[in-house]
Amino acid sequence: MRRALSIVRAQLRASIALALQYRLEFLVEGGLAILWMAVTLVPVLVVFGTRHAVEGWTFPEMLLVLGWFVALKGVLEGAVSPSLTSVIEHVRKGTLDFVLLKPADAQLLVSVAKLEPWRVVDLVGAGLIFAYAFGKLGRTPTAGEVLAAGVMLLGALLVLYSISILVVSIAFFAVRVDNLLYLFQSVFDVARWPSTIFRGFLAVLFTYVLPLALMTTYPALALLGKLQMGTALGGLAGTVAFAAFARLVWSRSIRKYTSASS
Amino acid sequence: MSLRAAARAYPALLRTGFAAAVAYRAEFVIWMFSTNMPLIMLALWAAVARSGPVGAYTQRGFAAYYLSTLLVRLLTGSWVVWELTMEIRQGDLAMRLLRPLHPLIAYSAENLAAVPLRGIVAIPVVSILLWTARGQLGHDPILWLLLMPALLGAWLLTFLVMALIGTLALYLESATSLFEAWLGISAVLSGYLVPLDLFPQAVQRIALVLPFRFLLSFPVELMLGKHGRGEALALLGGQWLYVAFALLATNLVWRAGLRRFSAYGG
Repeated sequence: MRRALSIVRAQLRASIALALQYRLEFLVEGGLAILWMAVTLVPVLVVFGTRHAVEGWTFPEMLLVLGWFVALKGVLEGAVSPSLTSVIEHVRKGTLDFVLLKPADAQLLVSVAKLEPWRVVDLVGAGLIFAYAFGKLGRTPTAGEVLAAGVMLLGALLVLYSISILVVSIAFFAVRVDNLLYLFQSVFDVARWPSTIFRGFLAVLFTYVLPLALMTTYPALALLGKLQMGTALGGLAGTVAFAAFARLVWSRSIRKYTSASS
Repeated sequence: MSLRAAARAYPALLRTGFAAAVAYRAEFVIWMFSTNMPLIMLALWAAVARSGPVGAYTQRGFAAYYLSTLLVRLLTGSWVVWELTMEIRQGDLAMRLLRPLHPLIAYSAENLAAVPLRGIVAIPVVSILLWTARGQLGHDPILWLLLMPALLGAWLLTFLVMALIGTLALYLESATSLFEAWLGISAVLSGYLVPLDLFPQAVQRIALVLPFRFLLSFPVELMLGKHGRGEALALLGGQWLYVAFALLATNLVWRAGLRRFSAYGG
Protein backbone atom coordinates (compact mmCIF):
# COMPACT_ATOMS: atom_id res chain seq x y z
CA MET A 1 0.00 0.00 0.00
CA ARG A 2 2.80 2.37 0.91
CA ARG A 3 4.51 1.39 -2.34
CA ALA A 4 1.38 2.22 -4.31
CA LEU A 5 1.18 5.61 -2.65
CA SER A 6 4.78 6.46 -3.41
CA ILE A 7 4.23 5.45 -7.04
CA VAL A 8 1.22 7.74 -7.25
CA ARG A 9 3.20 10.56 -5.69
CA ALA A 10 6.12 10.16 -8.08
CA GLN A 11 3.83 9.94 -11.11
CA LEU A 12 1.87 13.00 -10.07
CA ARG A 13 5.04 14.99 -9.53
CA ALA A 14 6.33 14.02 -12.95
CA SER A 15 3.09 14.82 -14.75
CA ILE A 16 2.68 18.17 -12.99
CA ALA A 17 6.28 19.11 -13.80
CA LEU A 18 5.65 18.13 -17.41
CA ALA A 19 2.54 20.28 -17.65
CA LEU A 20 4.08 23.27 -15.87
CA GLN A 21 6.71 23.59 -18.57
CA TYR A 22 4.07 25.16 -20.75
CA ARG A 23 3.28 28.31 -18.84
CA LEU A 24 1.45 30.14 -21.58
CA GLU A 25 -0.75 27.10 -22.13
CA PHE A 26 -1.50 27.18 -18.42
CA LEU A 27 -2.86 30.70 -18.73
CA VAL A 28 -4.73 30.10 -21.98
CA GLU A 29 -6.32 26.87 -20.80
CA GLY A 30 -7.21 28.42 -17.46
CA GLY A 31 -8.96 31.24 -19.29
CA LEU A 32 -10.82 28.74 -21.44
CA ALA A 33 -11.95 26.84 -18.35
CA ILE A 34 -13.49 30.07 -17.02
CA LEU A 35 -15.18 30.76 -20.36
CA TRP A 36 -16.73 27.30 -20.46
CA MET A 37 -17.92 27.66 -16.90
CA ALA A 38 -19.72 30.84 -17.90
CA VAL A 39 -21.21 29.05 -20.92
CA THR A 40 -22.46 26.30 -18.60
CA LEU A 41 -24.22 28.88 -16.45
CA VAL A 42 -26.01 30.69 -19.31
CA PRO A 43 -28.95 28.28 -19.83
CA VAL A 44 -29.63 28.13 -16.10
CA LEU A 45 -29.63 31.92 -15.84
CA VAL A 46 -32.10 32.13 -18.74
CA VAL A 47 -34.34 29.45 -17.23
CA PHE A 48 -34.49 31.11 -13.84
CA GLY A 49 -35.15 34.43 -15.51
CA THR A 50 -38.60 32.98 -16.27
CA ARG A 51 -39.22 30.57 -13.39
CA HIS A 52 -38.67 30.39 -9.64
CA ALA A 53 -38.32 26.64 -9.51
CA VAL A 54 -37.95 23.74 -11.94
CA GLU A 55 -39.24 20.37 -10.75
CA GLY A 56 -38.84 21.57 -7.17
CA TRP A 57 -35.30 22.90 -7.64
CA THR A 58 -34.82 26.58 -6.91
CA PHE A 59 -32.02 28.63 -8.47
CA PRO A 60 -29.46 28.26 -5.65
CA GLU A 61 -30.23 24.55 -5.32
CA MET A 62 -29.71 24.09 -9.03
CA LEU A 63 -26.41 25.98 -8.69
CA LEU A 64 -25.23 23.38 -6.19
CA VAL A 65 -25.78 20.64 -8.78
CA LEU A 66 -23.96 22.75 -11.36
CA GLY A 67 -21.12 23.33 -8.92
CA TRP A 68 -20.61 19.60 -8.53
CA PHE A 69 -20.87 19.22 -12.28
CA VAL A 70 -18.17 21.83 -12.93
CA ALA A 71 -15.89 20.26 -10.33
CA LEU A 72 -16.35 16.70 -11.62
CA LYS A 73 -16.01 17.80 -15.23
CA GLY A 74 -12.70 19.36 -14.23
CA VAL A 75 -11.57 16.11 -12.63
CA LEU A 76 -12.78 14.06 -15.59
CA GLU A 77 -11.11 16.20 -18.25
CA GLY A 78 -8.13 17.24 -16.16
CA ALA A 79 -7.11 13.99 -14.53
CA VAL A 80 -9.05 10.92 -15.70
CA SER A 81 -9.41 11.35 -19.46
CA PRO A 82 -5.88 12.53 -20.32
CA SER A 83 -4.33 9.50 -18.65
CA LEU A 84 -6.75 7.00 -20.04
CA THR A 85 -6.62 8.42 -23.54
CA SER A 86 -2.94 7.57 -23.52
CA VAL A 87 -3.84 3.93 -22.75
CA ILE A 88 -5.80 3.73 -25.99
CA GLU A 89 -2.78 5.21 -27.77
CA HIS A 90 -0.55 2.59 -26.10
CA VAL A 91 -2.82 -0.24 -27.19
CA ARG A 92 -2.89 0.94 -30.77
CA LYS A 93 0.84 1.41 -31.02
CA GLY A 94 1.70 -1.67 -28.98
CA THR A 95 3.70 0.36 -26.49
CA LEU A 96 1.63 -0.82 -23.54
CA ASP A 97 4.38 -3.44 -23.15
CA PHE A 98 6.54 -0.87 -21.43
CA VAL A 99 3.84 -0.23 -18.86
CA LEU A 100 3.05 -3.89 -18.29
CA LEU A 101 6.71 -4.75 -17.80
CA LYS A 102 7.08 -2.38 -14.87
CA PRO A 103 6.92 -4.04 -11.44
CA ALA A 104 3.75 -2.26 -10.37
CA ASP A 105 0.04 -2.54 -10.99
CA ALA A 106 -0.64 -1.54 -14.59
CA GLN A 107 -4.01 0.03 -13.84
CA LEU A 108 -2.43 2.24 -11.18
CA LEU A 109 0.37 3.28 -13.53
CA VAL A 110 -1.84 4.22 -16.45
CA SER A 111 -4.39 6.01 -14.27
CA VAL A 112 -2.00 8.70 -13.07
CA ALA A 113 0.08 9.00 -16.21
CA LYS A 114 -0.97 12.47 -17.28
CA LEU A 115 -2.54 15.52 -15.66
CA GLU A 116 -3.74 18.88 -16.84
CA PRO A 117 -3.17 20.95 -13.69
CA TRP A 118 -4.85 24.07 -15.07
CA ARG A 119 -8.20 22.35 -14.59
CA VAL A 120 -7.77 23.32 -10.93
CA VAL A 121 -9.50 26.48 -12.17
CA ASP A 122 -12.67 24.37 -12.40
CA LEU A 123 -12.41 23.39 -8.76
CA VAL A 124 -11.95 27.03 -7.75
CA GLY A 125 -14.93 27.97 -9.92
CA ALA A 126 -17.03 25.26 -8.30
CA GLY A 127 -16.05 26.66 -4.90
CA LEU A 128 -17.22 30.13 -5.95
CA ILE A 129 -20.50 28.72 -7.26
CA PHE A 130 -21.07 26.96 -3.92
CA ALA A 131 -20.27 30.11 -1.97
CA TYR A 132 -22.71 32.15 -4.07
CA ALA A 133 -25.41 29.50 -3.85
CA PHE A 134 -25.20 29.25 -0.07
CA GLY A 135 -25.19 33.03 0.15
CA LYS A 136 -28.48 33.02 -1.77
CA LEU A 137 -29.88 30.21 0.35
CA GLY A 138 -28.97 32.19 3.44
CA ARG A 139 -27.58 29.25 5.34
CA THR A 140 -24.36 27.33 5.79
CA PRO A 141 -24.32 23.54 5.61
CA THR A 142 -23.74 21.74 8.90
CA ALA A 143 -20.62 19.67 9.47
CA GLY A 144 -22.67 16.50 9.06
CA GLU A 145 -24.01 17.65 5.71
CA VAL A 146 -20.52 18.54 4.47
CA LEU A 147 -19.27 15.16 5.60
CA ALA A 148 -22.13 13.38 3.85
CA ALA A 149 -21.45 15.39 0.68
CA GLY A 150 -17.76 14.51 0.92
CA VAL A 151 -18.54 10.82 1.15
CA MET A 152 -20.94 11.08 -1.79
CA LEU A 153 -18.25 12.95 -3.71
CA LEU A 154 -15.76 10.13 -3.15
CA GLY A 155 -18.40 7.74 -4.47
CA ALA A 156 -18.94 10.00 -7.48
CA LEU A 157 -15.24 10.10 -8.27
CA LEU A 158 -15.06 6.33 -8.01
CA VAL A 159 -17.96 5.90 -10.41
CA LEU A 160 -16.50 8.41 -12.82
CA TYR A 161 -13.19 6.64 -12.82
CA SER A 162 -14.78 3.18 -13.11
CA ILE A 163 -16.84 4.16 -16.12
CA SER A 164 -13.73 5.53 -17.79
CA ILE A 165 -11.82 2.31 -17.08
CA LEU A 166 -14.70 0.31 -18.56
CA VAL A 167 -14.67 2.47 -21.67
CA VAL A 168 -10.93 2.13 -22.05
CA SER A 169 -11.17 -1.63 -21.68
CA ILE A 170 -13.15 -1.67 -24.89
CA ALA A 171 -9.98 -0.47 -26.65
CA PHE A 172 -8.49 -3.94 -26.15
CA PHE A 173 -11.26 -5.48 -28.22
CA ALA A 174 -11.97 -2.78 -30.78
CA VAL A 175 -8.85 -0.73 -31.39
CA ARG A 176 -10.46 1.50 -33.99
CA VAL A 177 -13.04 2.83 -31.60
CA ASP A 178 -10.75 5.32 -29.91
CA ASN A 179 -13.34 8.05 -29.53
CA LEU A 180 -15.53 6.17 -27.04
CA LEU A 181 -13.98 8.08 -24.16
CA TYR A 182 -14.95 11.28 -25.91
CA LEU A 183 -18.49 9.96 -26.22
CA PHE A 184 -18.60 9.34 -22.48
CA GLN A 185 -17.34 12.87 -21.83
CA SER A 186 -20.19 14.24 -23.88
CA VAL A 187 -22.78 12.00 -22.19
CA PHE A 188 -21.47 13.21 -18.85
CA ASP A 189 -22.86 16.63 -19.80
CA VAL A 190 -26.25 15.23 -18.77
CA ALA A 191 -25.07 15.35 -15.16
CA ARG A 192 -25.34 19.15 -15.17
CA TRP A 193 -29.08 18.87 -14.42
CA PRO A 194 -30.66 17.33 -11.33
CA SER A 195 -31.71 13.78 -12.17
CA THR A 196 -35.33 14.50 -11.25
CA ILE A 197 -35.91 16.60 -14.37
CA PHE A 198 -35.79 13.43 -16.44
CA ARG A 199 -38.89 11.33 -16.86
CA GLY A 200 -39.59 7.69 -17.64
CA PHE A 201 -36.93 5.76 -19.47
CA LEU A 202 -34.28 8.47 -19.20
CA ALA A 203 -34.74 8.74 -15.43
CA VAL A 204 -34.06 5.01 -15.05
CA LEU A 205 -31.13 5.17 -17.48
CA PHE A 206 -29.35 8.02 -15.71
CA THR A 207 -29.99 6.70 -12.21
CA TYR A 208 -29.24 2.99 -12.50
CA VAL A 209 -27.55 2.14 -15.81
CA LEU A 210 -25.29 5.16 -16.12
CA PRO A 211 -25.37 6.47 -12.54
CA LEU A 212 -25.11 10.18 -13.30
CA ALA A 213 -27.58 11.00 -10.51
CA LEU A 214 -25.05 9.63 -8.08
CA MET A 215 -22.42 12.06 -9.28
CA THR A 216 -24.00 15.48 -8.99
CA THR A 217 -27.56 15.20 -7.67
CA TYR A 218 -26.85 13.15 -4.54
CA PRO A 219 -23.89 15.25 -3.36
CA ALA A 220 -25.99 18.38 -3.92
CA LEU A 221 -28.89 16.88 -1.95
CA ALA A 222 -26.42 15.93 0.77
CA LEU A 223 -25.26 19.55 1.07
CA LEU A 224 -28.90 20.61 1.35
CA GLY A 225 -29.51 17.98 4.02
CA LYS A 226 -32.21 16.44 1.85
CA LEU A 227 -30.50 13.15 1.04
CA GLN A 228 -32.21 10.12 2.56
CA MET A 229 -29.92 7.76 4.46
CA GLY A 230 -31.25 4.77 2.52
CA THR A 231 -30.60 6.39 -0.85
CA ALA A 232 -27.09 7.35 0.17
CA LEU A 233 -26.17 3.89 1.43
CA GLY A 234 -27.72 2.22 -1.60
CA GLY A 235 -25.80 4.54 -3.87
CA LEU A 236 -22.52 3.87 -2.13
CA ALA A 237 -23.04 0.11 -2.17
CA GLY A 238 -23.76 0.34 -5.89
CA THR A 239 -20.62 2.42 -6.36
CA VAL A 240 -18.37 -0.13 -4.70
CA ALA A 241 -19.90 -2.97 -6.70
CA PHE A 242 -19.47 -0.94 -9.88
CA ALA A 243 -15.80 -0.25 -9.14
CA ALA A 244 -15.14 -3.93 -8.44
CA PHE A 245 -16.81 -4.83 -11.72
CA ALA A 246 -14.67 -2.29 -13.60
CA ARG A 247 -11.50 -3.71 -12.04
CA LEU A 248 -12.58 -7.22 -13.08
CA VAL A 249 -13.27 -6.15 -16.66
CA TRP A 250 -9.93 -4.32 -16.85
CA SER A 251 -7.93 -7.34 -15.70
CA ARG A 252 -9.86 -9.61 -18.09
CA SER A 253 -9.36 -7.24 -21.03
CA ILE A 254 -5.68 -6.76 -20.45
CA ARG A 255 -5.19 -10.44 -21.23
CA LYS A 256 -6.56 -9.69 -24.68
CA TYR A 257 -3.72 -7.29 -25.32
CA THR A 258 -1.39 -8.36 -28.09
CA SER A 259 1.87 -6.52 -28.20
CA ALA A 260 3.19 -4.89 -31.34
CA SER A 261 6.57 -6.58 -31.23
CA SER A 262 7.02 -9.49 -33.62
CA MET B 1 -3.65 25.62 -60.19
CA SER B 2 -6.81 26.57 -61.97
CA LEU B 3 -10.31 26.48 -60.63
CA ARG B 4 -11.24 24.32 -63.59
CA ALA B 5 -8.79 21.62 -62.47
CA ALA B 6 -10.23 21.79 -58.99
CA ALA B 7 -13.77 21.43 -60.33
CA ARG B 8 -12.69 18.38 -62.32
CA ALA B 9 -11.03 16.76 -59.33
CA TYR B 10 -13.83 17.56 -56.90
CA PRO B 11 -16.25 14.67 -57.69
CA ALA B 12 -13.44 12.13 -57.30
CA LEU B 13 -12.40 13.75 -54.02
CA LEU B 14 -15.97 13.58 -52.76
CA ARG B 15 -16.16 9.90 -53.67
CA THR B 16 -12.97 9.02 -51.80
CA GLY B 17 -14.08 11.12 -48.85
CA PHE B 18 -17.40 9.29 -48.72
CA ALA B 19 -15.60 5.94 -48.96
CA ALA B 20 -13.37 6.95 -46.03
CA ALA B 21 -16.41 7.89 -43.96
CA VAL B 22 -18.01 4.51 -44.72
CA ALA B 23 -14.79 2.67 -43.92
CA TYR B 24 -14.66 4.16 -40.42
CA ARG B 25 -18.39 3.90 -39.83
CA ALA B 26 -18.21 2.81 -36.18
CA GLU B 27 -16.16 5.87 -35.23
CA PHE B 28 -18.35 7.95 -37.47
CA VAL B 29 -21.52 6.95 -35.64
CA ILE B 30 -19.88 7.51 -32.26
CA TRP B 31 -18.89 11.03 -33.27
CA MET B 32 -22.49 11.63 -34.24
CA PHE B 33 -23.77 10.36 -30.91
CA SER B 34 -21.46 12.68 -29.06
CA THR B 35 -23.36 15.61 -30.55
CA ASN B 36 -26.00 15.40 -27.86
CA MET B 37 -26.04 18.86 -26.31
CA PRO B 38 -29.34 19.88 -27.98
CA LEU B 39 -31.01 16.83 -26.42
CA ILE B 40 -29.58 17.68 -23.00
CA MET B 41 -30.91 21.21 -23.33
CA LEU B 42 -34.26 19.85 -24.52
CA ALA B 43 -34.49 17.77 -21.33
CA LEU B 44 -34.11 20.91 -19.20
CA TRP B 45 -36.53 23.07 -21.19
CA ALA B 46 -39.09 20.28 -21.43
CA ALA B 47 -39.06 20.12 -17.64
CA VAL B 48 -39.39 23.89 -17.45
CA ALA B 49 -42.27 24.01 -19.94
CA ARG B 50 -44.24 21.36 -18.04
CA SER B 51 -45.67 24.18 -15.97
CA GLY B 52 -46.63 26.30 -18.98
CA PRO B 53 -45.02 27.79 -22.08
CA VAL B 54 -41.85 29.89 -21.94
CA GLY B 55 -42.02 32.89 -24.25
CA ALA B 56 -43.28 31.50 -27.57
CA TYR B 57 -42.23 27.95 -26.73
CA THR B 58 -44.41 25.14 -25.46
CA GLN B 59 -42.98 21.71 -24.70
CA ARG B 60 -43.57 20.75 -28.33
CA GLY B 61 -42.08 24.04 -29.45
CA PHE B 62 -38.89 23.25 -27.57
CA ALA B 63 -38.85 19.74 -29.03
CA ALA B 64 -39.12 21.17 -32.55
CA TYR B 65 -36.44 23.77 -31.84
CA TYR B 66 -33.83 21.47 -30.38
CA LEU B 67 -34.41 18.61 -32.82
CA SER B 68 -34.01 21.05 -35.70
CA THR B 69 -30.87 22.38 -34.02
CA LEU B 70 -29.50 18.86 -33.74
CA LEU B 71 -30.21 18.17 -37.39
CA VAL B 72 -28.66 21.42 -38.62
CA ARG B 73 -25.60 20.89 -36.41
CA LEU B 74 -25.09 17.38 -37.77
CA LEU B 75 -25.50 18.47 -41.38
CA THR B 76 -23.21 21.50 -41.15
CA GLY B 77 -20.41 20.08 -38.99
CA SER B 78 -16.74 20.05 -40.02
CA TRP B 79 -13.50 19.06 -38.36
CA VAL B 80 -10.94 20.78 -40.56
CA VAL B 81 -9.49 22.92 -37.75
CA TRP B 82 -8.25 19.85 -35.84
CA GLU B 83 -6.78 18.23 -38.92
CA LEU B 84 -5.18 21.41 -40.23
CA THR B 85 -3.51 22.40 -36.95
CA MET B 86 -2.15 18.87 -36.52
CA GLU B 87 -0.82 18.69 -40.05
CA ILE B 88 0.84 22.07 -39.71
CA ARG B 89 2.49 21.03 -36.45
CA GLN B 90 3.62 17.64 -37.71
CA GLY B 91 4.68 18.93 -41.11
CA ASP B 92 2.26 16.70 -43.04
CA LEU B 93 0.98 19.81 -44.77
CA ALA B 94 4.08 19.61 -46.99
CA MET B 95 2.59 16.54 -48.68
CA ARG B 96 -0.59 18.37 -49.47
CA LEU B 97 1.28 21.36 -50.84
CA LEU B 98 2.97 19.13 -53.39
CA ARG B 99 -0.33 18.17 -54.96
CA PRO B 100 -1.67 20.23 -57.85
CA LEU B 101 -4.70 21.20 -55.78
CA HIS B 102 -5.20 23.84 -53.12
CA PRO B 103 -5.09 22.06 -49.71
CA LEU B 104 -8.14 23.95 -48.46
CA ILE B 105 -10.14 22.66 -51.45
CA ALA B 106 -9.02 19.12 -50.65
CA TYR B 107 -10.01 19.58 -47.00
CA SER B 108 -13.37 20.98 -48.00
CA ALA B 109 -14.06 17.90 -50.15
CA GLU B 110 -13.12 15.56 -47.29
CA ASN B 111 -15.35 17.42 -44.87
CA LEU B 112 -18.25 17.82 -47.25
CA ALA B 113 -18.15 14.15 -48.22
CA ALA B 114 -19.14 13.14 -44.69
CA VAL B 115 -22.38 15.12 -44.84
CA PRO B 116 -24.40 12.60 -46.94
CA LEU B 117 -23.57 9.74 -44.57
CA ARG B 118 -24.53 11.88 -41.59
CA GLY B 119 -27.73 12.74 -43.38
CA ILE B 120 -28.49 9.07 -44.04
CA VAL B 121 -28.18 8.31 -40.32
CA ALA B 122 -29.65 11.50 -38.90
CA ILE B 123 -32.47 12.56 -41.19
CA PRO B 124 -34.72 9.50 -40.71
CA VAL B 125 -34.31 9.43 -36.93
CA VAL B 126 -34.73 13.15 -36.40
CA SER B 127 -37.60 13.33 -38.88
CA ILE B 128 -39.55 10.69 -36.98
CA LEU B 129 -38.99 12.64 -33.78
CA LEU B 130 -39.87 15.91 -35.48
CA TRP B 131 -43.11 14.36 -36.73
CA THR B 132 -44.44 14.45 -33.16
CA ALA B 133 -43.89 18.22 -33.17
CA ARG B 134 -44.86 18.87 -36.78
CA GLY B 135 -47.41 21.49 -35.81
CA GLN B 136 -44.51 23.69 -34.70
CA LEU B 137 -42.69 23.58 -38.04
CA GLY B 138 -43.03 26.21 -40.73
CA HIS B 139 -45.72 25.81 -43.41
CA ASP B 140 -44.36 28.10 -46.13
CA PRO B 141 -42.76 25.98 -48.91
CA ILE B 142 -40.66 28.96 -50.00
CA LEU B 143 -38.95 29.04 -46.63
CA TRP B 144 -38.22 25.31 -46.91
CA LEU B 145 -36.72 26.01 -50.34
CA LEU B 146 -34.54 28.72 -48.83
CA LEU B 147 -33.38 26.18 -46.26
CA MET B 148 -31.09 24.55 -48.83
CA PRO B 149 -28.92 27.61 -49.57
CA ALA B 150 -29.08 28.50 -45.87
CA LEU B 151 -27.72 25.09 -44.90
CA LEU B 152 -25.02 25.35 -47.54
CA GLY B 153 -24.14 28.82 -46.27
CA ALA B 154 -24.02 27.55 -42.69
CA TRP B 155 -21.77 24.67 -43.71
CA LEU B 156 -19.47 26.98 -45.67
CA LEU B 157 -19.28 29.53 -42.87
CA THR B 158 -18.51 26.81 -40.31
CA PHE B 159 -15.86 25.33 -42.58
CA LEU B 160 -14.27 28.67 -43.44
CA VAL B 161 -14.05 29.85 -39.84
CA MET B 162 -12.43 26.53 -38.94
CA ALA B 163 -10.04 26.84 -41.89
CA LEU B 164 -9.24 30.43 -40.94
CA ILE B 165 -8.47 29.62 -37.31
CA GLY B 166 -6.64 26.45 -38.38
CA THR B 167 -4.48 28.50 -40.75
CA LEU B 168 -3.60 30.76 -37.83
CA ALA B 169 -1.62 27.78 -36.50
CA LEU B 170 1.03 28.97 -38.95
CA TYR B 171 1.45 32.02 -36.71
CA LEU B 172 0.28 30.85 -33.28
CA GLU B 173 0.88 27.79 -31.19
CA SER B 174 -2.48 27.98 -29.50
CA ALA B 175 -4.76 28.09 -32.55
CA THR B 176 -6.86 25.20 -31.20
CA SER B 177 -7.39 27.11 -27.95
CA LEU B 178 -8.55 30.07 -29.98
CA PHE B 179 -11.02 27.79 -31.70
CA GLU B 180 -12.21 26.45 -28.34
CA ALA B 181 -12.95 30.03 -27.33
CA TRP B 182 -14.86 30.54 -30.58
CA LEU B 183 -16.83 27.37 -29.83
CA GLY B 184 -17.75 28.57 -26.36
CA ILE B 185 -18.99 31.95 -27.52
CA SER B 186 -20.70 30.40 -30.50
CA ALA B 187 -22.54 27.90 -28.28
CA VAL B 188 -24.27 30.82 -26.60
CA LEU B 189 -24.75 33.23 -29.50
CA SER B 190 -25.65 30.74 -32.26
CA GLY B 191 -28.71 29.44 -30.43
CA TYR B 192 -27.10 26.06 -29.76
CA LEU B 193 -27.84 26.11 -26.03
CA VAL B 194 -30.78 28.50 -25.73
CA PRO B 195 -33.10 29.83 -28.47
CA LEU B 196 -31.94 33.36 -29.22
CA ASP B 197 -35.40 34.88 -28.68
CA LEU B 198 -35.36 33.82 -25.03
CA PHE B 199 -32.37 36.03 -24.26
CA PRO B 200 -32.83 39.55 -22.86
CA GLN B 201 -33.41 42.20 -25.55
CA ALA B 202 -29.87 43.62 -25.33
CA VAL B 203 -28.23 40.24 -25.89
CA GLN B 204 -30.63 39.48 -28.73
CA ARG B 205 -29.75 42.67 -30.55
CA ILE B 206 -26.04 41.81 -30.39
CA ALA B 207 -26.62 38.20 -31.40
CA LEU B 208 -28.65 39.19 -34.44
CA VAL B 209 -25.80 41.04 -36.16
CA LEU B 210 -22.89 38.76 -35.23
CA PRO B 211 -21.97 35.87 -37.56
CA PHE B 212 -22.73 33.14 -34.98
CA ARG B 213 -26.45 33.19 -35.68
CA PHE B 214 -25.90 32.25 -39.32
CA LEU B 215 -24.01 29.11 -38.32
CA LEU B 216 -27.01 27.48 -36.72
CA SER B 217 -29.94 29.56 -35.58
CA PHE B 218 -30.84 30.96 -39.00
CA PRO B 219 -31.50 27.59 -40.72
CA VAL B 220 -33.40 26.48 -37.61
CA GLU B 221 -35.52 29.65 -37.74
CA LEU B 222 -36.36 28.81 -41.37
CA MET B 223 -37.42 25.28 -40.39
CA LEU B 224 -39.66 26.69 -37.68
CA GLY B 225 -41.11 29.26 -40.09
CA LYS B 226 -40.24 32.25 -37.91
CA HIS B 227 -39.74 34.71 -40.76
CA GLY B 228 -41.70 36.21 -43.63
CA ARG B 229 -40.32 35.63 -47.11
CA GLY B 230 -38.71 39.05 -47.53
CA GLU B 231 -37.04 38.93 -44.15
CA ALA B 232 -35.76 35.41 -44.80
CA LEU B 233 -34.24 36.50 -48.11
CA ALA B 234 -32.54 39.46 -46.48
CA LEU B 235 -31.10 37.21 -43.80
CA LEU B 236 -29.89 34.76 -46.43
CA GLY B 237 -28.10 37.66 -48.11
CA GLY B 238 -26.50 38.58 -44.79
CA GLN B 239 -25.37 35.01 -44.29
CA TRP B 240 -23.71 34.81 -47.70
CA LEU B 241 -22.08 38.17 -47.11
CA TYR B 242 -20.40 36.66 -44.07
CA VAL B 243 -19.44 33.63 -46.19
CA ALA B 244 -17.82 35.88 -48.80
CA PHE B 245 -16.00 37.81 -46.09
CA ALA B 246 -14.76 34.61 -44.43
CA LEU B 247 -13.59 33.28 -47.79
CA LEU B 248 -11.61 36.45 -48.43
CA ALA B 249 -10.08 36.48 -44.96
CA THR B 250 -9.14 32.80 -45.12
CA ASN B 251 -7.51 33.31 -48.48
CA LEU B 252 -5.44 36.27 -47.29
CA VAL B 253 -4.31 34.61 -44.08
CA TRP B 254 -3.49 31.41 -45.93
CA ARG B 255 -1.32 33.16 -48.53
CA ALA B 256 0.57 35.24 -46.01
CA GLY B 257 0.91 32.37 -43.56
CA LEU B 258 2.21 29.82 -46.02
CA ARG B 259 5.44 31.77 -46.41
CA ARG B 260 6.12 31.00 -42.77
CA PHE B 261 5.51 27.28 -43.13
CA SER B 262 8.49 25.02 -42.87
CA ALA B 263 8.64 21.25 -42.54
CA TYR B 264 11.50 18.84 -42.32
CA GLY B 265 11.87 16.24 -45.03
CA GLY B 266 12.34 12.68 -43.98
